[in-house]
Amino acid sequence: MLDGDDHQDGGEVLVHHEVHRGRKLVEVRGLKMYFPITAGVLRRKVGDVKAVDNLSFDIYEGETLGLVGESGCGKSTTGRAVLRLYDVTDGMVKIDGQEIAKADAGIVRKMRPTMQMVFQDPQASLNPRMTVASIIREPLDEHTKLSKKEKLDRIYELMDAVGLNRRFANRYPHEFSGGQRQRIGIARALALNPKFIVCDEPIAALDVSIQAQVVNLLEELQDRLGLTYLFISHDLSMVRHIADRVAVMYLGQMAELAPRDALYEEPLHPYTEALLSAVPDPDPATETRRERIILRGDVPSPANPPKGCNFCTRCPKVMDVCKDVEPEFRQVRPGRFVACHLYGETTR
Amino acid sequence: MPDGALPVLEVKGLKTTFKTRGGQVHAVNSVSFELRPGELLGVVGESGSGKSVTMMSLIGLLPSPPADVSGGQILFDGHDLRTASAETLREIRGARIGFIFQDPMTSLNPVFTVGFQLMEPLRKHMGMKKGQARKRAAELLELVGIPDAARRLKDYPHQFSGGMRQRVMIAIALACDPKVLIADEPTTALDVTIQAQILELVKDLREKLGMAIVWITHDLGVIAGIADRVMVMYGGQVVEQAPSRELFANPQHPYTRALLKTVPKVHGERDPKLNVIEGQPPILMSEPSACAFRDRCAHAFARCATENPQRVPVGTTGHDVACFWNPDTGSERDA
Repeated sequence: MLDGDDHQDGGEVLVHHEVHRGRKLVEVRGLKMYFPITAGVLRRKVGDVKAVDNLSFDIYEGETLGLVGESGCGKSTTGRAVLRLYDVTDGMVKIDGQEIAKADAGIVRKMRPTMQMVFQDPQASLNPRMTVASIIREPLDEHTKLSKKEKLDRIYELMDAVGLNRRFANRYPHEFSGGQRQRIGIARALALNPKFIVCDEPIAALDVSIQAQVVNLLEELQDRLGLTYLFISHDLSMVRHIADRVAVMYLGQMAELAPRDALYEEPLHPYTEALLSAVPDPDPATETRRERIILRGDVPSPANPPKGCNFCTRCPKVMDVCKDVEPEFRQVRPGRFVACHLYGETTR
Repeated sequence: MPDGALPVLEVKGLKTTFKTRGGQVHAVNSVSFELRPGELLGVVGESGSGKSVTMMSLIGLLPSPPADVSGGQILFDGHDLRTASAETLREIRGARIGFIFQDPMTSLNPVFTVGFQLMEPLRKHMGMKKGQARKRAAELLELVGIPDAARRLKDYPHQFSGGMRQRVMIAIALACDPKVLIADEPTTALDVTIQAQILELVKDLREKLGMAIVWITHDLGVIAGIADRVMVMYGGQVVEQAPSRELFANPQHPYTRALLKTVPKVHGERDPKLNVIEGQPPILMSEPSACAFRDRCAHAFARCATENPQRVPVGTTGHDVACFWNPDTGSERDA
């Protein structure tokens, strides 16, 4: 410990010590997800919507990586592509040592129990004609050879784990409130003992007082089961609460990735800075004093992203080089990655 | 904001019920409030707290049946809107009371151009000719910050982004210079950077046009930034009401206090643990005979189960609360 204090510029040591605990569970390299734009009766391909364009990041075992950005920036597409719910255009995704982005369907199917998803809208992601028990049983039917009795025991165990009363096992989703429905979705995701769960805006459809309940449940389950989360959200304050590291996306690309406290205390990318400053604070005393950066205009279309840096059309700190050269996403400080010309060669 | 001025809108003891298959639901129970000229009143509450239903009841936007605005007075401009004729309501709606809804995609008609939808109230309420209305419509789009306004009148809603659509909705609501603007979660469907733009726009328009605004939201952060006065609703009732700063500095109702604590912050200190309000919001199957929050309240007394607390003033700032518990003494509030 004594010599640990002397590592002023020994970035690597610091990285492994504080930020990156354990091994990489998820490795994403150069992930691209393009959706074709077609035109005319023959559905000729005339272009691409570059929903996700060249993303690289890691998620370490047991951590929560928050993924934030505005709607349409590609955060949900990223979540789905990482789980191979889409056939990705290009890139590599390795989960628990297994490459899945290009792997055969059989291999992906074998990997399914390891990686699960909790969806945004519990109303839409639960079949209204299935009871809670059958919703939770479905993954068990698909991927395990348990007996009927064992399955029922597992269903009850899962319902206990997420705080649902066992008596409700034979009820239908519409008989539950939003927060309870999200608990059903979480129980389903947990059924096969996954290591990695993508939570795609799991609390966006819930009331404020219920959001905290669900977030606490997710945190408690993580502690107990050693889960790893990719937590996708547009709610920057909730991400600050739940995530260990935070990735900020803009127009299909990663703008910044950093440990949570560092990112919220000192955002490096001008977009992150603007995003954080746009969040209103529930305190009128500080709220009226605070200088807010108001971004002009809307997010450009991902079918036709601007030349150079994709944020150059709205960036308050835009320079000439930004309109020309695309900035590289790289580490500028230990554990802190950013794609911005403000942090060029000279400042490194 | 002007104090002591006569309220533009005064609601007294409003009650709204819905007939459902499961029985009668008491969505709004004796809600009273007033809105002063030029004031921005924030209304906070969870879904099902009755905030939207209250505002929809005001101008007869709820289909009856199943809804029934069964009691109280809604005083606006010398009329009682609750008992007013459909014709009077139609004249007031859209002209003197403007409305902005949460979801700009579903509240604009996809098969008509934005220009047509913007000109409709101008022609119906203001009796404008087509050319005149078009000119005014372009002015309005410009007012809400849509570039190239005259050309964009010919565009359909799907050609606008979410933030732009909400600007269009605001333009429509402002078309006839309303005295009162009711905004029902107008930024909830928008991204934070766009929300910040809309909030700036509203602050700006308010100064320019001097209308009174009711702003419904569940986001305390938004309220803190723009509201003069805040009304907290729970279980179809107003549980607390105060000037904005006073409410955030000195919350009295256990629900308000818990709500302020459950929201994590982006700025300042990070709370390592989230506070939770356990339990679920109440189902309002009967008229309240007890405090609606008592099952989730950490400070409930025996009295809370037998008597529904009424709003009592706190201090002299115009703050009132419907609760028997006094946070300063930790015991029962003196009547």
